[in-house]
Amino acid sequence: MGKGMFSESQLERMEREYQDWLGEYQKALQRLPERLERFSTVSDMEVKSLYTPLDIKEKDYFEDLGFPGQYPFTRGVQPTMYRARLWTMRMFAGLGTAEDTNKRFHYLIEHGETGLSTAFDFPTLMGYDTDAPVARGECGKCGVAIDTIDDMRRLFAGINLEEVTTSMTINPPASVIWAMYIANAENEGYDRKKLGGTIQNDCLKEFIAQKTLMLPPEPSLRLVVDTVEFGTYEVPRWNTISISGYHIREAGATAVQELAFTIYDGITYVEECIKRGLKVDDFAGRLSFFWNSHIDFFEEIAKMRAARRMWARIMKERFKAQKPRSMLCRFHTQTAGCSLTAQEPYNNIIRTTTEALAAVLGGTQSLHTNSLDEVYMIPSEEAVRIALRTQQILADETGVANVIDPLAGSYFVEALTDKMEEEAMAYIRKLDELGGMVAAIEKDYPQMEIADAAYQFQQQVERGEKIIIGVNKFPSERPELEFVLRIDDELENFQIERTRQFKEKRDKVKLQKAMDELRRRCEGPPCWENNVMPALIDAVRAGATEQECCDLYREVFGTYTDPGTF
Amino acid sequence: MSEERKLRILIAKPGLDGHDRGARVIARAFRDAGFEVIYTGCHQTPEQIVNTAIQEDVDLIGLSILSGAHRYSFPRVMELLKENNAEDIAVIGGGIFPLEDIPKLKAIGIKEIFEPGAKLEDIVNWVRTHIKPRKAMVA
Repeated sequence: MGKGMFSESQLERMEREYQDWLGEYQKALQRLPERLERFSTVSDMEVKSLYTPLDIKEKDYFEDLGFPGQYPFTRGVQPTMYRARLWTMRMFAGLGTAEDTNKRFHYLIEHGETGLSTAFDFPTLMGYDTDAPVARGECGKCGVAIDTIDDMRRLFAGINLEEVTTSMTINPPASVIWAMYIANAENEGYDRKKLGGTIQNDCLKEFIAQKTLMLPPEPSLRLVVDTVEFGTYEVPRWNTISISGYHIREAGATAVQELAFTIYDGITYVEECIKRGLKVDDFAGRLSFFWNSHIDFFEEIAKMRAARRMWARIMKERFKAQKPRSMLCRFHTQTAGCSLTAQEPYNNIIRTTTEALAAVLGGTQSLHTNSLDEVYMIPSEEAVRIALRTQQILADETGVANVIDPLAGSYFVEALTDKMEEEAMAYIRKLDELGGMVAAIEKDYPQMEIADAAYQFQQQVERGEKIIIGVNKFPSERPELEFVLRIDDELENFQIERTRQFKEKRDKVKLQKAMDELRRRCEGPPCWENNVMPALIDAVRAGATEQECCDLYREVFGTYTDPGTF
Repeated sequence: MSEERKLRILIAKPGLDGHDRGARVIARAFRDAGFEVIYTGCHQTPEQIVNTAIQEDVDLIGLSILSGAHRYSFPRVMELLKENNAEDIAVIGGGIFPLEDIPKLKAIGIKEIFEPGAKLEDIVNWVRTHIKPRKAMVA
């Protein structure tokens, strides 16, 4: 007997009887034809009418699936999964001032949220203070405005930072914002060794998709490695990168592209850390991932299962990791913002529920569920409560969290999981050939692959080949929802004035000394002695604003602007 | 009599928002429709957008935004066009806007606002109907 879960004789009989069945199916179609010319996933991957053991006859349970918590981790990263602890319910939140967002954090915690996730406004994301000329009109609109360590203190007031884990979606300025978080936590009496959380800190996907651009790729990677190195020694419970497919997918990528480009970004970070002299088993356990859960239910589950298996194999085979922990694709999931519709917004609850269910069946470690009004704006309290309750209903009422990886062994899900891995690995080989992700980005390769997929999807929608209810089928007008949140345009002046007053009170000598040290480290060759993090912590504690630190980066490292290709 | 030149369109992303999926899709749709398209890329100030529009001698600017900062950037683009005697460059917008903002944007001279769900074909047809090459008039 070779490998596989079925005997030769079973497979022979299956082959015969499957052909017989196929004949009957074709006959039946003569009476009533298939309702579509072609059946495919939202990513346009074609699917057959029926899957059988024949589709997974090459699979070996022990090699390809394994038990939960065991290599290759297809069935889950922990042995117990949701039997012992549910996923972390982590709603992405940020609006207006630090106080407004703090109020939202407390509201979410009171309603049963179990982890925090911070959305920053665009100036903060791009390394600008609220008073920067380019920041006009943006303050607090798509997240919270954080200029100084004082804002950071207000943001987390009344929250126990050793008990709650905090995720922060911040990329080029990640080191600066993390320094503010650590400095503030220490000012409040917490121990940095006990702080748990995540900074997104995934600069590569910014060039590929999210376009929060500040520095060129090479120095961006240097700063990422600085944070990984600092975390490894100083903040051991922190996830120093959240390698993100979410934004790649939202930009229009297929599920396979999301999987492949994200995993390749991960490969690049691991390579860069090893080049710095870090040992793979010392840092890889703190790398985490972030997936999109789009509307095509089985495709998403397959993608998440494939991601675990791919990452485990890559860490073991390509990087020779020894510790199982280093091989784990632990991940956060967010339901797909781009699947929501402005038309008939209450339908978004159903979309989000389906996507959240896929994330749970895909074995996510934490989850954000989009609110029905998130298609217009930052969500209102009423809408965000429904979104959080969606997770709680899935967790406590439906029974879906009672059995680990319940879809394993489904001929379709296993075959689709294999297909995801196979097609993503083809992209990975292509990226290797192109000379790695930085070279590929410079060639505009992943960017244009995504643009092609986005354009193709839009054309399929226009031709009616992909259906969006309320948009191209049963089209409907967009209503004005009564509970859409408004961010006051006046907040900007308030925040500018507050930061101005903060700056006046700083000890100029102490600040200058800290900034000089930061500059010295940035200008020096990358190594532990020149790691920016200790200098940044001193600088922000001495009152350096986010933009002051980022301006220094821009001066030393240069800037990067969007090439604007389409 | 000279032949009418192709319509020249600038697709621009004002502000710090990086959501460029819509901008890049519409840029391709305009190109496929036979227009000449220039795309600014993300993170443009109103000043940069108007400068590019004038330098590139475009007939139409399409502003794409998702962040809510249109309340500053859209009026500023209109102001700058006026200051530079380039009011004959038409401006349209695409993205997410509170419903109450749409009449205000039209009142300052934005010719049309396309919301989520707008069909590419409809946008292209709107442009064909409403926008004519400026050169034809000047020459």
